[in-house]
Amino acid sequence: MSIYLNKDSKIIVQGMTGGMGSKHTTLMVESGSNIVGGVNARKAGTSVELGGKDLPVFGSVSEAMEKTGADVSVVFVPPAFTKDACIEAIDAGIGLLVVITEGVPVQDTAEVFAYLQSTANVGGTKMIGPNCPGIITPGESLAGITPHTIAGKGPIGLVSKSGTLTYQMMYELRDYGFSTAIGIGGDPVIGTTHIDALEAFENDPDTLAIVMIGEIGGDAEERAAAYIASNVTKPVVGYVAGFTAPEGKTMGHAGAIVSGSSGTAQAKKEALEAVGVKVGKTPSETAQLMREVLQNL
Amino acid sequence: MSLLDLMEYQAKELFAKHGVAVTLGKTVETPEAARAAAEEIGGVVVVKAQVKAGGRGKAGGVKVVKTPDEAEAAARSILDLEIKGLPVNRVLVVPGASIEEEYYFSYLLDRANRSYLCIASVEGGVEIEEVAKTNPDAVKKISIDPIAGVDAAKAAAIADEAGFPAPLRDQAIEMMQRLWDVFTKEDATLVEVNPLARLTGDKLEALDGKVSLDENADFRHADHEAFVIRDEEDPLEAKAKDKNLNYVKLDGQVGIIGNGAGLVMSTLDVVAYAGERHGGVKPANFLDIGGGANAQVMADGLDIILNDPDVRSVFVNVFGGITACDEVANGIVGALEILGDEASKPLVVRLDGNNVEEGRRILAEANHPLVTVVDTMDGAAEKAAEFAGAAQ
Repeated sequence: MSIYLNKDSKIIVQGMTGGMGSKHTTLMVESGSNIVGGVNARKAGTSVELGGKDLPVFGSVSEAMEKTGADVSVVFVPPAFTKDACIEAIDAGIGLLVVITEGVPVQDTAEVFAYLQSTANVGGTKMIGPNCPGIITPGESLAGITPHTIAGKGPIGLVSKSGTLTYQMMYELRDYGFSTAIGIGGDPVIGTTHIDALEAFENDPDTLAIVMIGEIGGDAEERAAAYIASNVTKPVVGYVAGFTAPEGKTMGHAGAIVSGSSGTAQAKKEALEAVGVKVGKTPSETAQLMREVLQNL
Repeated sequence: MSLLDLMEYQAKELFAKHGVAVTLGKTVETPEAARAAAEEIGGVVVVKAQVKAGGRGKAGGVKVVKTPDEAEAAARSILDLEIKGLPVNRVLVVPGASIEEEYYFSYLLDRANRSYLCIASVEGGVEIEEVAKTNPDAVKKISIDPIAGVDAAKAAAIADEAGFPAPLRDQAIEMMQRLWDVFTKEDATLVEVNPLARLTGDKLEALDGKVSLDENADFRHADHEAFVIRDEEDPLEAKAKDKNLNYVKLDGQVGIIGNGAGLVMSTLDVVAYAGERHGGVKPANFLDIGGGANAQVMADGLDIILNDPDVRSVFVNVFGGITACDEVANGIVGALEILGDEASKPLVVRLDGNNVEEGRRILAEANHPLVTVVDTMDGAAEKAAEFAGAAQ
């Protein structure tokens, strides 16, 4: 078991023929993901060979789903076209929409999120991202850009705002491995939250413990802490980046901005510790806390 | 995503563009020009400091004056001010307004609900935070559906919930729709009018404005580039921006380069912790070189950091995810060749992840006298802090 993604997932790629899209489609094929095709209206009917696999290009998401039975779409289209690509996939009723694209205007994402919440979401589409590394169920499937070689299958569920911290934490804990690792993205509006992932990990029998990585900005970690208190029985270990970030400065992610007293790393750490989550000061210390948790299970 | 915060006069330009009732006035950079502006406007004028900080009035940055002489003197004193650490390089001169009442109005991105919010109050304008504390019921928060937006009916509902007086209701409804145009058509994350004033004769006008623009949307707003004020930027930050590097100057001594915003923030923390053991040295900057850490990008990054006179050591912290560590190592060696004698401070490098053995082998073979390779992030932070502490 795993969350959201498994060996039966059939994946299409929107933007497969672009630079990022073709590079990462190749890596996804090499990782063993079942990539079944791509979407590009201007190249419909052609095919491309990526990672040693001949992949058909379809004119639309709905056509791709009809012909291949795809239930996951990974989006690499440029920011200016991301909103339309997402709406198209939601209209087609894709099960899981993984939006890798960085730099999507937040109003576009807010519109897509409102669309997901509306009656227009006929297929019950779930979105991860945007501006995220995607999701990996090691040994089964990869929908995104996480290097599949970092860590193998294991008992830990991981959810993180940050891509490179996801990689760092997977690397630190490669001796144990992961059920699923999901990068939810650092934008102010995202499809899947820490809470969504915590709920899914709680319900996944293969996940024995959860590591949650947050960073300054917003109050997602505080709300996750409240959720953990009443809904999560599995052990959770946390890490928060940005203790030393000065107020009012944006550190790359839109999420990573501190303004005023709320949203600081300290406030998040305290909120998590108050509900029994062990929080590491550094990624290595966090990994060590997780090892101790697993040894005591 | 990052945001561009506009100054008052820039926000007002956008208001005017979308038909929001506003008086533009004149923005000037010298006391003499302020005098000329006051003469041209005639009568009572207000001279207002233009800085990206709140509390301008309390800091002495807003003055009401009766004559051009007074306007010049007011501008002279305001241009000498520093408000919350920011120098005042410009003042806005506007006609004096006879204010009957002050209100508050804003649209903003509501992160918690992944939607938009309107905040409106007819109880006090500039003191809105005080009102929110003492009389929270007077501050109305109305959620807005991003797809439906604000049409005449929604604006009327907001006006009635906020309790705008009857003689102003139609103007308020009109202004709310025009401000919604500012919010959506300009890709803002915040549009705030404070105060929104009821002037003598029951005229509603935006007396001050605050707008934050989403720079991710710059591709559909070529005109937003004109709002970037170069002389207000830190020179190293401006240089980094030109090279498309994500750099923020901080006040410490250990230069930081890493890949990925989360990992770089984490690096700042680890260095600060280590610094406590080495004379209190701190991170000198945030610099995220992103995924493609090739030689040129690494050289650009190192060039900026080594040009910061406060920097005493540099910590390069890269996790090879998609980018393999051998490419990163070649990038560092290549960057040091490009920089030559300009590279003069100790460099601590930590590489992990994809193809790390080959990366470390390349650095060992290059055997550059400035470079120390440490295997772990915590250990490397310790070393970089030690170098910076010793150079004190």
